Amino acid sequence: MEAVRRLRKHPLDGLLRPERLPHLWCPGCGLGIALGAILRAVKRRIEEGYLQREKTAFIGGIGCSARASLYVDFDSAHTVHGRAIPFATGLKAVRPDMKVIVIGGDGDIAGIGGNHLMHAARRNIDLLVIMMNNMVYAMTGGQLAPTTPTGLYTTTTPYGNPERPINVVKLVATMGANYVARAAVTHPPLIERYVYKALGKKGFAFIEVISTCPEVFGRHIGMRDAVDLLNALRERVVVKQRPHIDESYYEWEGGKFVLGEYVDKDDPSYLERIGVIKG
Amino acid sequence: MAGKKKLPLSGNTAIAYAVKAADVDVISAYPITPQTTIVEKLTEFVANGELDAEVIHVESEHSALSAAVGASAAGARVFTASSSQGIALMYEIMFIASSMRLPIVMAMATRALSAPINIWNDHSDFMAASDTGWVMMMAHTNQEAHDDIILAYKIAEHPDVLLPVITAIDGYFMSHTIEPVEPIEREEALKFIPKKVTWSVLDPDNPVTMGPLGTPEWYYEFKRQQHEAMKKAREVFDEATKEFEKVFGRRYEPVEYFMMDDAEYALVAMGSVAGNVKAYIVKEARKRGIKLGLIRVKLFRPFPAEEIMEVISNLKAVGVIDRALAFGSSYGGPLYGDILSAAYTRGVDTPIVNFVAGLGGRPVTFRDIKAMVDATLALDGKTRKDVPKEPYFIGVRE
Repeated sequence: MEAVRRLRKHPLDGLLRPERLPHLWCPGCGLGIALGAILRAVKRRIEEGYLQREKTAFIGGIGCSARASLYVDFDSAHTVHGRAIPFATGLKAVRPDMKVIVIGGDGDIAGIGGNHLMHAARRNIDLLVIMMNNMVYAMTGGQLAPTTPTGLYTTTTPYGNPERPINVVKLVATMGANYVARAAVTHPPLIERYVYKALGKKGFAFIEVISTCPEVFGRHIGMRDAVDLLNALRERVVVKQRPHIDESYYEWEGGKFVLGEYVDKDDPSYLERIGVIKG
Repeated sequence: MAGKKKLPLSGNTAIAYAVKAADVDVISAYPITPQTTIVEKLTEFVANGELDAEVIHVESEHSALSAAVGASAAGARVFTASSSQGIALMYEIMFIASSMRLPIVMAMATRALSAPINIWNDHSDFMAASDTGWVMMMAHTNQEAHDDIILAYKIAEHPDVLLPVITAIDGYFMSHTIEPVEPIEREEALKFIPKKVTWSVLDPDNPVTMGPLGTPEWYYEFKRQQHEAMKKAREVFDEATKEFEKVFGRRYEPVEYFMMDDAEYALVAMGSVAGNVKAYIVKEARKRGIKLGLIRVKLFRPFPAEEIMEVISNLKAVGVIDRALAFGSSYGGPLYGDILSAAYTRGVDTPIVNFVAGLGGRPVTFRDIKAMVDATLALDGKTRKDVPKEPYFIGVRE
């Protein structure tokens, strides 16, 4: 029995709330891959003594991705659709000693909460925002999101999306964030590396993680099989050391997702500017 | 109209079919459970060419209603739909829509409000909208949900009314439950609600400004007019339902009475829980010789106080079921508050008691209804002074 118990132990069990598991994510969903990579980075930072668990909080809005805040064994809050960043801003303002991590989906962070994302980046407030981008409103069943690539089918665009997707990487970079990177669930070590690095940055850090949703995104574009969708994404992914910001726009048909660190600088952060912490 | 073809439709799909029949020009859509399939179905109609409308995939509910306001101000027939947190986010614009007197129709699949997050059904979102100046109806069957959309445009666009209308159904219990529905065809719908711009619209040849500053010298008059329009809405509701019956053969009243002819006691309810009460009356109460009836409030704003009081004044005792709470109020549930005010102003002395039940999707069972009936019957021979000052919280863990 002991051997079985040992076998069932997961290396990240200590950072998760096993009583909340199994999670709600569908089989083949990319979110578990991403959360695993994020937690490996967090674990390393804790082991190095850089992060304290009791001084780390995970904040989520609404959506599949935002549920991550429920599964991690940290202080966490599940807030309102789009408002995870304002919640985190308030938290950070009162507890500048805490490391505040926002995990949300594309609809949550860039759609309904897009305005908050812009202004948090403009303010360069000391937060880490991780946006899992599955390019669709997944939890409500696969409707068009502001990140859906042009031409793709969703439940609300049965004849193809006529709109262009928002380029969140470029938006956040333009607003002046200190750190902007894009990773994908096809390359978990990249997610881990960027999160590890972002956790050490002052100011606003933003990581977009391109994720796969076979259940409602893949289904409508003829790739319901999780492996097919992951392979289709892998074919479109290009990793660059320091990609130019103009390479950040993505398309699905004939397009590419350029992964890499787009912005890495050390401008004064919001907390420095208001004198809460020393620069 | 008898013998027409019926389709098996969920509450949400039934609403989408009616919106198609109303030939709307603009649909603004943002997904939220349990409303989402209404606009999903509509985008399918539009994509198939069955409905010639613009679909705006907005980035939040606040934008959904804002886009609806803009489109309506330009003279379009407009539709949107939402639930719960979406309604809460629309709150600011709901007042704008009603004060600008724009005949927008919005379907609501009712759902509890956060926190904690709850996607199941109660009436918290509906009741939170109750003082925003919208005409409000709540259906009880999917056919009624379908018909309400057509009625809503009839009332909203009437030149004496010009108010936005909410047509609500209960999330999941109706939104995702399939019933036979006889859909109204576009041709007959448009005879009933011809497309004619009856409201003030933006016109480049004759420019106007909508919604500018209303100084203390003028603001109050706008509000008074909204109050009058709401009263007119009641008259128009009665005319519209009569005409609707003539054309489509189905009769709707602001209040539905079930086994009230010989009733001595009644429960007052809204939405799907009325079905549970009906079943209880037939299967339990009447078999035990309890002369219990049901008063189902369909039209919530303007509130049909007169007819409810006329019936209640002859009863021994009445229980009001609320599926929402008015925290800190002197009454308990919002529906109860309206009933009590109506009773006071009409001099009705019948003891009326409040039950709060089914919050956040908790089922309202026969056992719960029995508890309500028992508490109502216990008021027989009592006066209103004997009515508990606190609502009964039915089916909650204390």
